Amino acid sequence: MGAVMAALSLEARRRLSRPNREKVDSDLELSIVRHQPEGLDQLQVQTKFTKKELQSLYRGFKNECPSGLVDEETFKTIYSQFFPQGDATTYAHFLFNAFDMDRNGSIRFEDFVIGLSVLLRGSVTEKLNWAFNLYDINKDGYITKEEMLAIMKSIYDMMGRYTYPSVRDEAPSEHVDKFFQKMDRNRDGVVTIEEFIETCQKDENIMNSMQLFENVL
Amino acid sequence: MAAGVAAWLPFARAAAIGWMPVANCPMPTAPRDHRKRHDELIILNVSGRRFQTWRTTLDRYPDTLLGSSEKQFFYDEETKEYFFDRDPDSFRSILNFYRTGKLHYPRYECISAYDEELTFFGIIPEIIGDCCYEEYKDRKRENAERLQDDQDDNKDCKLPNMTYRETMWRAFENPHTSTMALVFYYVTGFFIAISVLTNVIETVPCGATPSQKDMPCGERYTIAFFCMDTACVLIFTVEYLMRLFAAPSRYQFMRSVMSIIDVVAIFPYYIGLVMTDNEDVSGAFVTLRVFRVFRIFKFSRHSQGLRILGYTLKSCASELGFLLFSLTMAIIIFATVMFYAEKGSSSTKFTSIPASFWYTIVTMTTLGYGDMVPKTIAGKIFGSICSLSGVLVIALPVPVIVSNFSRIYHQNQRADKRRAQKKARLARIRIAQTGSSCTGFFQSKRNDLLNELLELTGSEEEEQQHNKSISLLESQHHHLLHCLEKTTAHEFVDEQLYEQNCLETTIQSYTSRSPSFSSQDGPIGTCCTRRGKMNSPLPNSSLPLQPSHQQGALQELSALHIQCGDKLPHTTSRSSLNMKTDEVGPINCKGSQITTAIISIPTAPSDTTDGGGLHGPPQRRPPPPPTGPQAPSINTTASSNVIKVSAL
Repeated sequence: MGAVMAALSLEARRRLSRPNREKVDSDLELSIVRHQPEGLDQLQVQTKFTKKELQSLYRGFKNECPSGLVDEETFKTIYSQFFPQGDATTYAHFLFNAFDMDRNGSIRFEDFVIGLSVLLRGSVTEKLNWAFNLYDINKDGYITKEEMLAIMKSIYDMMGRYTYPSVRDEAPSEHVDKFFQKMDRNRDGVVTIEEFIETCQKDENIMNSMQLFENVL
Repeated sequence: MAAGVAAWLPFARAAAIGWMPVANCPMPTAPRDHRKRHDELIILNVSGRRFQTWRTTLDRYPDTLLGSSEKQFFYDEETKEYFFDRDPDSFRSILNFYRTGKLHYPRYECISAYDEELTFFGIIPEIIGDCCYEEYKDRKRENAERLQDDQDDNKDCKLPNMTYRETMWRAFENPHTSTMALVFYYVTGFFIAISVLTNVIETVPCGATPSQKDMPCGERYTIAFFCMDTACVLIFTVEYLMRLFAAPSRYQFMRSVMSIIDVVAIFPYYIGLVMTDNEDVSGAFVTLRVFRVFRIFKFSRHSQGLRILGYTLKSCASELGFLLFSLTMAIIIFATVMFYAEKGSSSTKFTSIPASFWYTIVTMTTLGYGDMVPKTIAGKIFGSICSLSGVLVIALPVPVIVSNFSRIYHQNQRADKRRAQKKARLARIRIAQTGSSCTGFFQSKRNDLLNELLELTGSEEEEQQHNKSISLLESQHHHLLHCLEKTTAHEFVDEQLYEQNCLETTIQSYTSRSPSFSSQDGPIGTCCTRRGKMNSPLPNSSLPLQPSHQQGALQELSALHIQCGDKLPHTTSRSSLNMKTDEVGPINCKGSQITTAIISIPTAPSDTTDGGGLHGPPQRRPPPPPTGPQAPSINTTASSNVIKVSAL
């Protein structure tokens, strides 16, 4: 009698434990999203980098993002490491959108390297275009005050709390007002790409600073 | 700054172009880069260990890194190798995969490190062979549980911007979040205990007075017990209503076990209030009072062990069900047998099969009350078989339940221990990290100023001393932070300094030879002032500055930057060399004017040593902004409300 009972219970236990494992399996994440970039030669054609530069760029890229794709969270983490005192996540979000040209939520190596090519090897007009694209959050061709305010706030956020002098709450909006005063020629409340480029080309400071990062790579 | 992220520094610097059109001042010059980069090798060189394999071996799996053209990114022309900066030990298993077609998971390897390697080389973990797959999955599950625990902890720590309701709910669920929550926790626990004790003592017969017979305390001190009961129920009701209010999902809360227990615990009291003193109904009412004992279950909120026990029982529901089923089967079988065996004997207690149930249960659980015993020989034989098998049937599922309980309990213990250790670990990590990154920046600021001084006096040796410590990467990172400072016209300061500046509310009046200049722009105008300020006596200056330090015969740059604003808690000038606020002397500050005085010393053009280039002669700035790149040794501002007085 007891032996029958024991045999029955053993069988039941084996049957009981198996379904658990399958349940656990489905809980574990099995999705692997991966991306391989185009060939080295094609990228050389599309960008103004040399082969070695592309190689070193890719190595760094791949190290931080082994799957070949940067999602927004990883991007924010990486960018925030350069600004330990402040909160760089908002600005990183805008940057992410500026780099992620096909708006699919992740940056591939091609997007990354094409963006960098504009920034480091492009003409001044191309760089200004890129900057305009960064500020124009909804990509409608106009920079409104709200967009600029959001960008400005994110830049000031990167400074963090401990600054000299302390960042007041009105500082970003005052900065935005100054910006619009300079850029918005026809006082219509928005800055178009032509106004932007025209004003920047007249400003020596800006033109000089555009050349600043030529030799970054 | 992490070494891996250093590879992204060029990107971060390039992205700084986004700040340029916004900035109102010129940017500092960038440090120069003379590095050459290594490239990869044809042989697979993994962190120095060379692996060699046929190309066709790698080509077997074209959708992985090594098998596709992606490895061209890692090719080194000079040494003709493919170089990978990865762990060579893990690489062994990966290369073996190409060779044998089977991927193995070594036991000594950490699961997350191994996963990272696999992802890097583009190999999906499902390929792991059957021999190692179990191990891999188990380790992965443990890791996921650990991450889940950590996430839960982090969620607990999210403090800002919680509504009142959310704070209340968090306080209820986790009493350690605030003292109020802890107090509430202990108070309710106390009242639960009181309530249960009251219910128990109510039924104890109190001392009999000569006139009355023994009656339970509840009937003797009715008023006292009634008051106690009322108080407890009030507290429980209030607690229940507060939980109901704070719950994020009220419907779900009402369906949860704990809330049902709460309701059941306080319900009889209200029914008793409503109920009239009707004889028939009060019988039922007495029965309802039984439910008051459920109050003891409220303790499960207070005791983690109880919760674990309940959770274990729930998770072992199948085992328990099996136990019950097998026991029932055995009882029916033995009861039937015993009944028919004892049917013959006279005056037997085994009157029917259901009556034999009681005997079987008592015997199988080895209780053996002895109120029913078999008298016939057959009955005794079957009775002994019954008791022997009873032991076996009960002993079998119990270890499963016990092991489940033990696993869950230990998991909880581990989680608690991890939580306790985590704070200390995080604190240590934070100290190590911030020590390196931020203070490095401030250190470099000071060093830059020192460098400028040294340039003036032309002492080369000290220059080089100071510049050895900063690597190119660091200087590039610092340059990036400088650009941000210039864009926003604010500076990074050390935390202590910030606190000190805030504390300095007194604005002293400052008298100086230099004419003061009031600005029309208001506080924004002080853009791009000197990034470091030092306080020192100038030999020829008549400024009543405080003497600061022992720089010998060095002439020091002195820049006093005083900003007055309407609301700012203000600032006197500070010296970043001393890293503490020095008294500058009395400063006169009126309203929203800005008084800024800067003393600059024009320097001969020379190479700066911290990597920033000095191009062209130093310029004294007139109100319009300068055209050339800035020499760090120049006191210049881009605003129009600054006067420079040179004193040599």
